[in-house]
Amino acid sequence: MTSLANLSLAAPELLMAAAGLVLLMIGVYQKGDATRLVGWLAVLVMVVAGVLVLKGAGTDAGTTFKGMFVTDAFAVYAKVMVLGASALSLILSLGWLAQEEIKKFEYSVLVLFATLGMLMMVSANDLMSLYIGLELQSLALYVVASFKRDSVKSTEAGLKYFVLGSVASGMMLYGMSMIYGFSGTTNFEVLAEVLSEHQATGVVVGLVFVMAGLAFKVSAAPFHMWTPDVYEGAPTPVTAFFALAPKIAAIALFVRVMTGPFADLIGAWQQVMWIIAVLSMIVGSFGAIGQQNIKRLMAYSSIGHMGYALIGLVVGNEEGVQGILIYLAIYVFMNIGAFAIILSMRQKGRALEGISDLAGLSKTSPLMAAALAIFMFSMAGIPPMAGFFGKFYVFISAVHAGMYWLAVIGVLTSVVGAYYYLRIVKVMYFDEPTEAFDTPRLANRVILLVAGVFTLFYIVYPSPLLLTAQAAAKSLFAY
Amino acid sequence: MIIAGLAFYLFAIIAVAAAVMVITARNPVHSVLWLILVFFNAAGLFLLLQAEFLAMTLVVVYVGAVAVLFLFVVMMLDLNTQVLREGLAEYVPLGAVIGLILLVEIATVGGSWLLSPEMEQVRGAVARTDITNTQALGNLIYTDYVYLFQAAGLVLLVAMIGSIMLTHRVRPGVKKQKVAEQLARGRTVEVKKVPTRGGI
Repeated sequence: MTSLANLSLAAPELLMAAAGLVLLMIGVYQKGDATRLVGWLAVLVMVVAGVLVLKGAGTDAGTTFKGMFVTDAFAVYAKVMVLGASALSLILSLGWLAQEEIKKFEYSVLVLFATLGMLMMVSANDLMSLYIGLELQSLALYVVASFKRDSVKSTEAGLKYFVLGSVASGMMLYGMSMIYGFSGTTNFEVLAEVLSEHQATGVVVGLVFVMAGLAFKVSAAPFHMWTPDVYEGAPTPVTAFFALAPKIAAIALFVRVMTGPFADLIGAWQQVMWIIAVLSMIVGSFGAIGQQNIKRLMAYSSIGHMGYALIGLVVGNEEGVQGILIYLAIYVFMNIGAFAIILSMRQKGRALEGISDLAGLSKTSPLMAAALAIFMFSMAGIPPMAGFFGKFYVFISAVHAGMYWLAVIGVLTSVVGAYYYLRIVKVMYFDEPTEAFDTPRLANRVILLVAGVFTLFYIVYPSPLLLTAQAAAKSLFAY
Repeated sequence: MIIAGLAFYLFAIIAVAAAVMVITARNPVHSVLWLILVFFNAAGLFLLLQAEFLAMTLVVVYVGAVAVLFLFVVMMLDLNTQVLREGLAEYVPLGAVIGLILLVEIATVGGSWLLSPEMEQVRGAVARTDITNTQALGNLIYTDYVYLFQAAGLVLLVAMIGSIMLTHRVRPGVKKQKVAEQLARGRTVEVKKVPTRGGI
């Protein structure tokens, strides 16, 4: 008789799975339009799941479901970020759905399931649970990308994402089958044990395929081709969602896979990661220069940001991972703020997405312009803002590890990147104003305020984030 | 053993030949039929590996459902293979190079497998011979792998929600017969004289 799995470790995931099914039924049987009700209930579920995650944070690391699912400080940190980012972008989406008069409660249910998939990715301790979590997340994302099905751009974005995503999944699965074939196990801990003794060529080849698949999911160059098109084509709140939660989950997964089971193969993957990180930084900074559409610009910006975050993974030690975790937290705040503004770019009920539409924003709505300026300075990495510290920690970890070139290239590309971030500030402050935007919704303003305050005043009180990230990184290198 | 060896080569050769036909056949419907032949031969290979459950699933799911679905899609879409083949020559060199690289990689990997006998020791999965495949799977799916099994169910649910959300359209003005409402009318059922060409 096998012992029962310790379900309390997976309480947030179980809650979300059950709640997803219940919300689906509520949506179906609710008379009239259930979009709003189901949406806010989904936000509530995410908040409760977040509380459950934090409640489990005190207990030590543990695995359940026959070692397929792991909870540790790293998972808790990443899950809180994922849930926070998902909940905030869902709140932004609900406002957008109401403004566009789209009545589809399935949207919130799919976002909920995608978030569940992300939590499963973060907690994966086995190649199989990794893959299932990733597929649950990706499949839901493909649908949300094309969910404005009457728009050609949106359906194109969904289809493109689906086809390329399936190819990436296929590659990853192929790599996993090789790893399994040459090690005889899919469990991360056993893999680490086996690989510390035998390091077959087959495992290395398989690992390269797995890395390619994961790099696609974090949209790191050279697997970034889909990002600008999908970000531009997908409905704006979906773009906001894409830029936040899935990236965090995928990076967290990437870190866990590389530093856990394949820690002993660091000599093999470090150089590949180096190339991926450097290419992402270069593509992110140079690709964004010519963009006229702000969603496309954010796509390139996110490619660049992933490059900076991956520097920490190239370093591959505790300090590097701590840098990544801090970077991601700051990235969430900067991006949710920027997207709260992009979603507020509406004139007479019509959504806009050109950078030129921001012209003279400082005169028509000075507060919004100031907030966007803060986020842009922060993304460019200009000192008093939070974004500077994110970059600082990953660069310093590279320098401590003796990888000077990586840090130098990072600094150089952020100088190039600063050009297009500052161009937005210039358009807002020095160009002639066009027409004023509609007043943003209350939810957007609140999110904007919180994100703005964090980005501006992170410098005053950075220690809580630093310490939690440190503890989280430590838990990853415990065994 | 000789028979098993012969059967392996028979299935393998037919599978590869049929796979080549899938991509070279001029008629897309023929391609799907060749694909079905590939599936059957792959099922045969699984049988040789004593994985009878997988073999049957392959036949039932892939031949019975997936291939038939493909056939319908191919027949409904008006495919012009001539247009699809345009620019094929451009991509052949690139594809050949990538294929060659992959082939070399697989050869290297296969070589390392044969050359390092200690790899045999680290293989964890040991097949049991005293029970059938189906029993073995049944023992594991709801116990050790319950997490994956349930999560896979969620993946399918998401696929279902997605396909309904992306294709379902509410059509106003469609007249439906609702039997439950008709039966619930009870005593209020009446007979009306309807004038010709007038309607109710």
